[in-house]
Amino acid sequence: MAIFTNEELQEFSELQKRYGAPAATLLPVLWRIQEKRGWIDSDAMEEAAAICEVPKSHVEGVVQFYTMFFDKPMGRVHVQVCTNVSCMLRGGEALYEHVKQHLGIENHGRTENGLFSLEECECMGACGGAPMMALNEKFYECLTTDEASKILIETQRTGETPTPKFVAQLPELSDAANR
Amino acid sequence: MADSLHIIFPDIPGLRNIETYMQHGGYGDTLRKVYSMSPVTVTDEVKKSGLRGRGGAAFPTGLKWSFMPKGTEKKKYLLINGDESEPGSFKDRQIFEFNPHQMIEGILIASYAMQIDHAYIYIRGEYEHWIKMVRTALADAYARGVVGPRMKENFKPSGDGVEFAVDITVHRGAGAYIVGEETAMMSSLEGDRGNPRVKPPFPAAVGLWGCPTTINNIETMTNVPAIIKMGGEAYSKIGDPKHPGTLLFGVSGHVNKPGVYELPTGTPLLDIINKHAGGVPSGKKIKLVIPGGSSMPPLRGDQLDGVKMDAENLKAAGSAIGTGGIMVMDEDTDIIKVLTRIAKFYWHESCGQCTPCREGTGWLLKLLQRFEQSNAREEDIDLLHDVAFNIEGRTICALGEAAAWPVRFTVERFREEFEKRVKPGLIIGSPSRVHALRNGGLEPVQVHVPVVERV
Ligand SMILES: Cc1cc2nc3c(=O)[nH]c(=O)nc-3n(C[C@H](O)[C@H](O)[C@H](O)COP(=O)(O)O)c2cc1C
Ligand code: SF4
Ligand code: FES
Repeated sequence: MAIFTNEELQEFSELQKRYGAPAATLLPVLWRIQEKRGWIDSDAMEEAAAICEVPKSHVEGVVQFYTMFFDKPMGRVHVQVCTNVSCMLRGGEALYEHVKQHLGIENHGRTENGLFSLEECECMGACGGAPMMALNEKFYECLTTDEASKILIETQRTGETPTPKFVAQLPELSDAANR
Repeated sequence: MADSLHIIFPDIPGLRNIETYMQHGGYGDTLRKVYSMSPVTVTDEVKKSGLRGRGGAAFPTGLKWSFMPKGTEKKKYLLINGDESEPGSFKDRQIFEFNPHQMIEGILIASYAMQIDHAYIYIRGEYEHWIKMVRTALADAYARGVVGPRMKENFKPSGDGVEFAVDITVHRGAGAYIVGEETAMMSSLEGDRGNPRVKPPFPAAVGLWGCPTTINNIETMTNVPAIIKMGGEAYSKIGDPKHPGTLLFGVSGHVNKPGVYELPTGTPLLDIINKHAGGVPSGKKIKLVIPGGSSMPPLRGDQLDGVKMDAENLKAAGSAIGTGGIMVMDEDTDIIKVLTRIAKFYWHESCGQCTPCREGTGWLLKLLQRFEQSNAREEDIDLLHDVAFNIEGRTICALGEAAAWPVRFTVERFREEFEKRVKPGLIIGSPSRVHALRNGGLEPVQVHVPVVERV
């Protein structure tokens, strides 16, 4: 059961021309696998190894090294709450506990319906909007626990993550420059 | 002018769109000026500007560029560091969002100066939303022929200029703080684990795929077009003479208006906190400030008067500029808890190649947890200091220092906080076995016995 279509394989071989060696496309290939399948299983690693011309053990090492690659099935919506210092100072720990309660799962756990998984994460580069929560690639900043619940309920109801509300990050600039 | 000087974030609505950027002179006269200068002259202009790297070490940018070999057979690469994972740092993300084209233009100029034909922008994986913005900006720039092979048609060299084109590739990381370290970033881009490499050889000699490589931060690049536009001389007059320009100060923690503020270097720290970031909520006193991201030495609240925010002045004040991420903590903050969280971060992020870092970060965390639980011994204060001190300078990369500095300087500057968490022990007389064996008698010695058992 091949993961990639011929077009995709062609795309990867084009991409390889932009790098000094085929192995450099390993991260892009793994990202694509995770987008398609939600996680990276043993077969997928084998396929990635073949495309990138590296041993499978190399791929395993890489998958284990990076925190964003999953070697087990995770939720379709991966929830991350930052508890690093800037967030901690503004209630990040309480937010994390709240989200954990709300979802009823532990760190790195997954809800039974497979919709959500949870991670207490390190700094996400949103310290000015602390405390924060991320659902997949979307960042929700300056959150209260109530707002976090609303976002999760909305996601549960629609199956889609809502658009984050605008958070002013550059008060020195005019509003227009902000967005 | 000083307060409204915005080099990175000029007050122009919609600057992220290429049309707006070009209407305001982007990809125009500045580039034409560059293509009328010889590559060496461009590097000299950047040297003249006094620009120093914004990625943490404040290394002079022009000097770094001049390390790149000229007339080599090998390919040369430029790697732009957008990993931004240091807790308290959130400035490069604003560039991706609000002024990505100026960053791209900076990359074009840097590539020209070093005669590089491929540049990579490595961005942390968590920033997928912003990566998309950068990809869009880059695609627009390719479509206009300002990046890529068509540059040769669109920009004809004049004067001392040479023909030139460069490709730019955006590369997505996958979650690892250590990849921000320059040699680790090269390993990661090559498709390996993000393990730092031993230096020397330095990247300018042996970098990506064994070829000469220069690594610069996102904000560093974004300054470059402004330098060429206004001239190195004029740029060098902005802010502090030893570290000129503006900095993006990301202020977080206990302030009323957290956010990113672009201000000239040398701006007083208390002005940034009080005037720009709106001061501390409820008028509380400041207990501690970490002025440059979590790995920099913290300053006491009563040490802040007159502290200026640039590399040299901060060094004199006992800290370092780092990434300019200012974390403010008010008088009610539990310093031990904060420090334990920082220690946990570095323990988690250590790549594990060197023993002092791999083991040391674990010990720092364990010791700090004892203090956090008010279950430490008097000796643990010095032990903590010792462990931190013994990591410094004994590792492959600077993550060792990043983990050790906050601990060592907090112990030195806030010793009383640690003393408060020492569990009172019992001093009891107990027979010493060594003495007993040697002297055949039982001499009582003083032993400190902690009352509570520990894990
Ligand atoms: C552990 C560690 C993490 C780092 N993280 C970053 C980072 O996220 N972004 C960055 O630009 N530089 C980071 N650096 C500094 C880079 O190694 C490098 O010095 C910098 O990117 C050079 O760019 P500059 O000269 O423009 O400052 C880090 C260094 C270390 C030791
Ligand atoms: S200092 Fe730490 S992070 Fe750096 S190479 Fe050594 S073990 Fe890895
Ligand atoms: S500390 Fe939470 S996003 Fe930076």
